[in-house]
Amino acid sequence: MSIYLSLKEVWRNKGRFFLFSMVIALIAVLVLFTAGLGEGLASANKEYLEKLDATLLVFQEGTSYSTIESRLGYQKVKRVQRVDGVANAGPIGFSNVEIVPDDGLDPIGVSFIGAETGKPGLPAPIIGETIRSKQAKVVMIDERIAESANISVGDYITIKSTQGTEDKFYDLRVTGITDGQQYFFQPSIFVSLAIWDKYRPKADASISSSRPVTNVIAVELDDPTAMVSMASIIESVVKDVEVTDIKTAYESAPGYSAQQSTLNTMKGFTFLIGVLVIGGFFQIQTLQKVPQIGMLKAIGTPNPVVAVASILQIIFVTVFGVALGGLAVFGLVLGMPSSVPILFTGSSVLIAVASLLLIGPLGGLVSIRVALKVEPLTALGM
Amino acid sequence: MKNEYILETKNASKIYDSNGLVVKAVDEVNLRIKAGEFVGLVGPSGSGKTTMLAMLATLLRETDGSLLIDGQDLGSMSDKQRTKFRREKIGFTFQSNNLVPYLTALENVEVMLRLNKINGRKSREKAIALLTRLGLEDRFDSLPGQLSGGQQQRVAIARSLIHDPSVVLADEPTASLDTERANQVVQIFADLIHEGNRAGIMVTHDLRMCKYVDKVVQMVDGKIARVITDRDEINLLAGTSQFDKLPKQDSVEEEALSANALFTPTLSSALAGN
Repeated sequence: MSIYLSLKEVWRNKGRFFLFSMVIALIAVLVLFTAGLGEGLASANKEYLEKLDATLLVFQEGTSYSTIESRLGYQKVKRVQRVDGVANAGPIGFSNVEIVPDDGLDPIGVSFIGAETGKPGLPAPIIGETIRSKQAKVVMIDERIAESANISVGDYITIKSTQGTEDKFYDLRVTGITDGQQYFFQPSIFVSLAIWDKYRPKADASISSSRPVTNVIAVELDDPTAMVSMASIIESVVKDVEVTDIKTAYESAPGYSAQQSTLNTMKGFTFLIGVLVIGGFFQIQTLQKVPQIGMLKAIGTPNPVVAVASILQIIFVTVFGVALGGLAVFGLVLGMPSSVPILFTGSSVLIAVASLLLIGPLGGLVSIRVALKVEPLTALGM
Repeated sequence: MKNEYILETKNASKIYDSNGLVVKAVDEVNLRIKAGEFVGLVGPSGSGKTTMLAMLATLLRETDGSLLIDGQDLGSMSDKQRTKFRREKIGFTFQSNNLVPYLTALENVEVMLRLNKINGRKSREKAIALLTRLGLEDRFDSLPGQLSGGQQQRVAIARSLIHDPSVVLADEPTASLDTERANQVVQIFADLIHEGNRAGIMVTHDLRMCKYVDKVVQMVDGKIARVITDRDEINLLAGTSQFDKLPKQDSVEEEALSANALFTPTLSSALAGN
């Protein structure tokens, strides 16, 4: 009976309900976009670290897990490697360079990452080969660069690095292409640590060392569940370092938390606006229907039938609106350039959709209460 | 022996107590209605007739006494049982807001069967037959907004009878109709009550409509002042009274406030045969 009443009402007032579904669809677009943007920006910030085949990261003490500020001497890699329980440890160096296309196009800013073969830090290529030699002038590039600059395995790329006051240009042969490996909002290219140390931008061009300086050390553990205790052990065995897990590391990246909390606030407010708009609409509608609800009760319609009919109606409209919004977002994303940092992972979409579907029933709670409290005698003016 | 009365009230009273102000809206009313009997409940505003109707419709609980329909004591039922009883045993026509605006005429009638979990082809045929009987054969698919006031009332009458209730109640069913349509509606209503052997009560201010009822019960100050069963007397009441539509509809609330109001002179003189 509830389904019958709610379906009939929606169908016979389809214009009004469609318009309202459009409002919900627009709210859905906002929520999904904010969720996708949050996910996309977070990914642009942390993708490389998140995919890192390691459990812990070692930083210079007092740098608050900042990969840019941290400087570690190469000897620390060996000390970390020797700690009991450490399966593998590899140095990683971070900096930024530009790829200079030879066809006169704009340079592409990239994260320039140095790591060692066979150690955590160097991702496995999805096409081509990994870097096998420490001194080879070869590079692995993020698939985004390969796609946008039309670069294939075997091609040469030229990078521009500012050393001292001079711009230096280095040619590197592409040996492999990795999956998405963004770091700090830029796609990444990977070289051996020795090449990285040689080519990276430096304040003083004369600086060079036979033992390269690294930013962090990625650590694989024999037992990844012993993460917390192993972090303490490494900190006590190796001097002047601080150790943390990968998640804490990328959450400590400058601006990451501020950016995510801003986006979460936007999501929260959009959600709240949705609840209030839907709540307002259904409450006004229910108030307009008081005499009709009173009549239905007077002829013997039980309260649960009235309540369920109201809930079902809210659910129909919400589901339809969210589906419309989802389709609109899908269409918009298809038409967007890949440079827009929007990413829809299964969980982010699911959470956004689930919260959107909650908006309706939450907003409709007040109107259902109003419907249940309708007194037939009063409603009919008897 | 089976009770011949479908509807029976025994000293039924409704007392309102608002901030110490005690008002007897219905005062020890004894009423009996047989199967196939159509009763007109008349009286001035505040006389208690709408309160009486609301109690019989199980929408209001009596303070004292008892009300029985089909031998079942309404006062002993829980709210849930009263709702079930209402949709199974009682048919109700209101003054306005009778129909669900998003259901067609046919669906508005069928809704009563659906509420009683009666579905299917036969129930639809029954609704179609009843609407046809009421002269609405070309309005099955019309929404209430597309129907005239009289047509809407006829749909409401069909809905109040479709589930074969024991008692049919009508609260000012002609209040918003012109004379011709009012006569038409009440005539059909009376016929269907007689044919179905049901007990019917119609609250009305329009004494001309009393020509269709079998008995007139006049209420004053919450009590039954007079019961007229003589056909000549009823016809006299219906025919000689000045058109005596009182300006507004009673409400339970008004009755609670004005239970002691004076009887409208025009109505009282009409009932006295002046």
